[in-house]
Amino acid sequence: MSHETSALTINRVSKQFSTPEGGVVRALDNVSLEVAEGSFTVLLGPSGCGKTTLLRCIAGLEAADSGEISLRGQRIDDVPVWKRRVNTVFQSYALFPHLTVAQNIAFGLQMDGLSKTQIAPRVEEALAMVRLDGLGGRRPSQLSGGQQQRVALARALAKEPEVLLLDEPLSALDLKLRRGMQSELKRLQRETSLTFVLVTHDQEEAMAMADTVAVFDAGRIAQVGEPRDVYLRPRTRFVADFIGEANVLPAEVMDAGVRVGSIGDVGLDVISGIDGQPPGTRGHVAFRPENINWERTPNGDAHVLDVTFVGGDLHIVAEVGEDTITIRASSHHEEPPRTGDHLDLSFPAGSVRWVED
Amino acid sequence: MSRRPRGTGESLKDFPLFGAISAVVFAFLYMPLVFVVGYSFNANRVVTVWKGFTLDWYLEVLQNDDIQRALMNSLRVAVVATALSVVLALGLAIGLLRLARSGNSFAWALIGAPLIIPEIVFAIGTLSLFVQMRMPLGVNAITLAHTAFCIPFALLPIRARLKSVDLSVYEAAADLGANEWRIFRRVTLPLLAPGVVAGALLAFIISLDDFIVSYFLAGPGGTTLPVYIFGMIRNAITPGVNALSTLLLLVSVLIVSISYYTSRRKR
Repeated sequence: MSHETSALTINRVSKQFSTPEGGVVRALDNVSLEVAEGSFTVLLGPSGCGKTTLLRCIAGLEAADSGEISLRGQRIDDVPVWKRRVNTVFQSYALFPHLTVAQNIAFGLQMDGLSKTQIAPRVEEALAMVRLDGLGGRRPSQLSGGQQQRVALARALAKEPEVLLLDEPLSALDLKLRRGMQSELKRLQRETSLTFVLVTHDQEEAMAMADTVAVFDAGRIAQVGEPRDVYLRPRTRFVADFIGEANVLPAEVMDAGVRVGSIGDVGLDVISGIDGQPPGTRGHVAFRPENINWERTPNGDAHVLDVTFVGGDLHIVAEVGEDTITIRASSHHEEPPRTGDHLDLSFPAGSVRWVED
Repeated sequence: MSRRPRGTGESLKDFPLFGAISAVVFAFLYMPLVFVVGYSFNANRVVTVWKGFTLDWYLEVLQNDDIQRALMNSLRVAVVATALSVVLALGLAIGLLRLARSGNSFAWALIGAPLIIPEIVFAIGTLSLFVQMRMPLGVNAITLAHTAFCIPFALLPIRARLKSVDLSVYEAAADLGANEWRIFRRVTLPLLAPGVVAGALLAFIISLDDFIVSYFLAGPGGTTLPVYIFGMIRNAITPGVNALSTLLLLVSVLIVSISYYTSRRKR
């Protein structure tokens, strides 16, 4: 990513909050991030990890303690909220209850000093974009949650911001509606080719929508990359655990391989991401439940504790020495493992990932 | 008594003598008013003996120059004090919105305190202060004092309204390009309007009906309507006093009703 194609550059931004108890929370700790022009970037992390704080700093609703934020190469740290060419879709939608849907959408355009004749077609266009044609005369209170969400989107999109910020926009919707809105947001982003930055704590949502996902862990960005890359090559224990399911076991680098928990020695060809770790290093490895080969043998190390049928998959919980691991197998298997079976486990090349603590 | 849960409307109505007790309470509350209103139409100059229906006293009252002067004083004080106290209350409400939560509740308590301070204490304090400052007594002094004690009354409905508004709409307005002034004019004010109207009417009625503070600060020529009425009854209660009181009551009821319906109106 070169600077020419960066819609948004976050450079070493930090922000602290003092708690009522007198403590200090580091909401953002030296965070840097490049957001490519026209990308759909998702800031992902558990609640309280700083992702929303970063979004608010970009919008200008919160001032960073230190660091720089640039929009298309221009520093915006000292630009007040109302002059920044970014717009936000708020978690609570924050629609103006005293205005109609059309007036809500027109609000931002009026602030830009556009004339009535310029505003009307853009309001119509925005309503059509979110498929709310004909509802411009309603009050927000007369709309369903999903429709209010669309008004909030239309209101922000109508301003054609350089970056559209979305703060947990789908969290208030029920599951079915949320799935529909995910593809809707993807479509809107493609059609408008605007840069979207979305905050969520839902990793499936992040995976489904993002071109680029930035995983937050306690005020820092633990990893940035394409969703598939982050899933396949988690860099830290936190990322491996937070995104998808993972077995995380303690490990130690040996001369000829890695000793993994109670599983024992695993060859170097099986371990990835270990480059440069000298023998004797202790840490953790992570591997995905679907990425384990198993074979039923009477003397196998893994002892099956429980098997759960989940549609196409079987979730197998097995005990290996002192460790418990999860294995996912196909339900279509001729003779699936049963509780009490003993399994011999092996790992495909590169499937066990060395992760930082 | 039935086994229905306590606190529901039905179970209270099932209480023995509910109707009788209610009647006594309402009679206790409203009998004095019934007397005032009823005898204002009494054709007898002796107030307590009914002689027949008449509107003469209303005519007499409305044609009395002193009463008209007192009424004008009252209205002048009420209008100016209302305007000032509402503007100040609005500023206070918005300012306090931004105060850190810890300081906020203390500030609210401090502002609300005049509601429970005995009015006579406030009146004496204001009188001493004005005398110290060599401020001439009269309509202006009353207006100033009324403005002060009307602020918490104006603030109550505004604050209630403010609490019901999701704070993120102000952030949304800023995010959409509105500066402080435009947020105030396009979002804050319209959202608070019902509270402001209710607060203004409440302040107006509090000022219009005030006797104690006005009495202390009236001085020569500063007589307001309640002070005038007090002067009228020093000798005897005349039907004219009843007529005047009824008019004042009418205005109060009217304004309180308007205030009630505006604050109740859903947006």
